[in-house]
Amino acid sequence: MKLPSSEEIIDDLAFFDDWEQRYQYIIDLGKSIPGLPESEKTPEHLVKGCQSSVWLVESFDNGKITFDVDSDAVIVQGLLALVLAAYNNKSPKDITQFDVDGYFEALDLERHITPTRGNGLRAIVGKIQDLARANV
Amino acid sequence: MSLDVAALRAQFPILSKTVDGKPLVYLDNAATTQKPQAVIDAIVDFYTGTNANVHRGAHHLSDEATRRYENARASVASFINANAREEVIWTAGTTEAINIVANGLAQLLAEGDEVMVTELEHHANLVTWQQACRKAGATLNIAPIFDNGELDVDAFEKLLSSKTKLVAFPHVSNALGTVNPIKTLTEKAKQFGAWVLVDGAQGIAHGGVDVQDIGCDFYVFSGHKLFGPTGIGCLWGKKEMLESWPVWQVGGEMIKDVTYQEATWGALPNRLEAGTPNIAGAIGMGAAVDWFKQLDIAALHEHEHALLSYATEQAEALDGMKIVGTAPNKIGVLSFLLDGAHPADIGFILDRQGVAIRTGDNCAQPLMKRFGIPGTARASFSIYNTLEEVDSLFAALKKAKMMLA
Repeated sequence: MKLPSSEEIIDDLAFFDDWEQRYQYIIDLGKSIPGLPESEKTPEHLVKGCQSSVWLVESFDNGKITFDVDSDAVIVQGLLALVLAAYNNKSPKDITQFDVDGYFEALDLERHITPTRGNGLRAIVGKIQDLARANV
Repeated sequence: MSLDVAALRAQFPILSKTVDGKPLVYLDNAATTQKPQAVIDAIVDFYTGTNANVHRGAHHLSDEATRRYENARASVASFINANAREEVIWTAGTTEAINIVANGLAQLLAEGDEVMVTELEHHANLVTWQQACRKAGATLNIAPIFDNGELDVDAFEKLLSSKTKLVAFPHVSNALGTVNPIKTLTEKAKQFGAWVLVDGAQGIAHGGVDVQDIGCDFYVFSGHKLFGPTGIGCLWGKKEMLESWPVWQVGGEMIKDVTYQEATWGALPNRLEAGTPNIAGAIGMGAAVDWFKQLDIAALHEHEHALLSYATEQAEALDGMKIVGTAPNKIGVLSFLLDGAHPADIGFILDRQGVAIRTGDNCAQPLMKRFGIPGTARASFSIYNTLEEVDSLFAALKKAKMMLA
């Protein structure tokens, strides 16, 4: 399954009217992305600040950045898929300009991106933004 | 006599809140307890009608503030059966209280001395001693637990020697709920002349703490886990210990005579309380203690045990659920794992159903490592929780299990 675009995800999530369906969708989205082989789940790729273990690996191709992620928690993996939908295969400039808080608000998931949350989504987004900034 | 839980709950305004349209089921009491109206009122009243600095003003308000502030100290002292009011030192909380003792200990330790803690420790009662030992070149010994989370008292005893300067252990484990035999442990440590600090953060809210009966040198706890405000706690110490313990912070309030080059320290409790204290916090904590004291402790215990037994029964009956920490003597905490579900995921799904729990390492990374797990989901109960809320927890867990499988 190809990861939908961030706009498609916003539309999809708006369609559900109860939280169970929304979270089921997020979980399924997380299961649809490939994850990382065990050999890539190294301490260097581990993102600090996450309650669950989260690994992030970036690759550059033709001026664009692609990210591969993995988490041992399925909802976190789903939230990471939402993040990838927004950032993957974009130029560093596009990444730095993307309004991630607005995106999570549109998804009605802003509670997951607040700095107070221990799930590390903020840490992942911070790491992606730092990488992009360093490569603009 | 049984507890009127409905009447008790009615005193806690926050408990009637809803989260995402669902009634709040607050099961994160080991992190912090909610506050009864009496405590909220005491803090508001102080700022509304009595606010002034303590111990120094030549005016009515300062006298009144000082009276309330010192009455709060007396309330806390009598609550734990301290020998004297000045044995109660106000701190920012349990962590600061342990830091005061550990900071002093680092100055008193010599190379080759030993300090002992247990595998059960919260980071606050581990890192403090670990760092004191590192500074002094002393050794930190760790008393092991059994796989059920119960302290191995024989092993604890074997680690004691004449080199042991201080032993610290939790009254109740925050991560597992294990209740330690604190009086026995203190007696054993005292046979070797070691000082004893009991981390009472999780023990205090269950009532019945009598520091003289325990026989320890220090007992420390926070106001906010005892229905009081955050930012205030208590270091209780035997008078003779606190009188000679190295001072912590220096500055105003804690001195006797000062010249440009020298200073001498004031008497207890001031010598360990530099600067303007958390006056409103202390008054709030005093109000919490006064409020708690009028409850029937035996009825509270009965209710708390009923909650944990009921939750444990349901946990044992739920396929794929594993309780972490099954010591025979437990209170207030159900730490658990659910097959195939990460604790963080369980936390999300429960939160969406209005059920508040803690997930993660429970501020006890070495303990989690000892069990070979990154963390747990933890439901922790207080006196105002109901059996119906335990049902809500398990209904929410069944849904989590279904969604995460």
